[in-house]
Amino acid sequence: MAEKPKLHYTRGRGKMESIRWLLAAAGVEFEEEFIEKKEDLEKLRNDGSLLFQQVPMVEIDGMKMVQTRAILCYIAGKYNLYGKDLKERAWIDMYVEGTTDLMGMIMALPFQAADVKEKNIALITERATTRYFPVYEKALKDHGQDYLVGNKLSWADIHLLEAILMTEELKSDILSAFPLLQAFKGRMSNVPTIKKFLQPGSQRKPPLDEKSIANVRKIFSI
Amino acid sequence: MSGKPVLHYPNTRGRMESVRWLLAAAGVEFEEKFLEKKEDLQKLQSDGFLLFQQVPMVEIDGMKLVQTRAILNYIAGKYNLYGKDVKERALIDMYVEGMADLYELIMMNVVQPADKKEEHLANALDKATNRYFPVFEKILNHGHDFLVGNKLSRADVSLLETILVVEERKPDALAKFPLLQSFKARISNIPNIKKFLQPGSQRKPPLQEKDIPSLMAIFH
Repeated sequence: MAEKPKLHYTRGRGKMESIRWLLAAAGVEFEEEFIEKKEDLEKLRNDGSLLFQQVPMVEIDGMKMVQTRAILCYIAGKYNLYGKDLKERAWIDMYVEGTTDLMGMIMALPFQAADVKEKNIALITERATTRYFPVYEKALKDHGQDYLVGNKLSWADIHLLEAILMTEELKSDILSAFPLLQAFKGRMSNVPTIKKFLQPGSQRKPPLDEKSIANVRKIFSI
Repeated sequence: MSGKPVLHYPNTRGRMESVRWLLAAAGVEFEEKFLEKKEDLQKLQSDGFLLFQQVPMVEIDGMKLVQTRAILNYIAGKYNLYGKDVKERALIDMYVEGMADLYELIMMNVVQPADKKEEHLANALDKATNRYFPVFEKILNHGHDFLVGNKLSRADVSLLETILVVEERKPDALAKFPLLQSFKARISNIPNIKKFLQPGSQRKPPLQEKDIPSLMAIFH
């Protein structure tokens, strides 16, 4: 009996969203148990379900996996989204770490004071257009293929699409100087499993609103 | 050209230290090119050697690898320090990521504002003794010498590195953890690691306050 993976997290994107993206892109159905209040998190902790007392936690293949990267690496490996050898893995890892850094900056915004936030939005825009997106644009230009690594869909492509959409939420014309990334975005969005995930009613989560931010602070005591 | 990996970073631990540990534990000789001033970083950037304009960067097997985790994953995979299958990898990844969180906390202490430093350190040490070390003490209850698969892996190297870094700030950090104490002794005695722990190796000392300004000058 193949049980569906079960995701434990709040209803927000946070560190779980990349995992939702990857499972969805891999065509894997999953369940979610939402942490709505502090007591929910405490229960998971008291049950001994969280190795380091933290979420994300994903129940998968008999394991209670924690640590976002560990979970993502496992899913990518299991569903053949991690390249064919060590060198392709290395490229995928490098690309994913880049988009992780970029998305990490964006995810921190809702928790920052207004003046810090404004400065960081400018910084994110600069980094996106001068440090990160040029790398992926060049990668696509250099090999002329549809996907970033090994001429095959991988975790790197899925993560890049997620990063592009997240950055566009901040600045809708962020891809204006990157024609290949625009085409990439169009192509990737049409991959059937991803297209489905991008439609309303999927398990994709919206950006945080003010009310949710307050609740997240309460749950995690931050 | 020796074919040895070449590490590009300032002459400090920072984010490169875990790479030095892993190469040393794997018995791989490596060279280092130290960034001493801003111009050194700028040269690497303008030469197009840094994918995201950042270090660490390691030249290895014809690649210029960046991003610490990508570098560590590659080395671990190449030198068979990453478990024998996906499930062992999953365990190793979980353990290593947990330790990376703790290591980052400790590493960041030295750059905290003066009035926050003590509290920050207390929090980091509290996490070490109440969140992280108990997990690894419990894992070692399996009675094997190593954390995963009864074989040395990057998780063991990472745990030893983390233990030593915590002990630098709190010498009795392992007082309540007898299995971690014997683990520490055991792993420290593995010949490659024993060599790395001796004076004169490429292991770097803890960052001193006085060295922070020149480090900052490279990156800002």
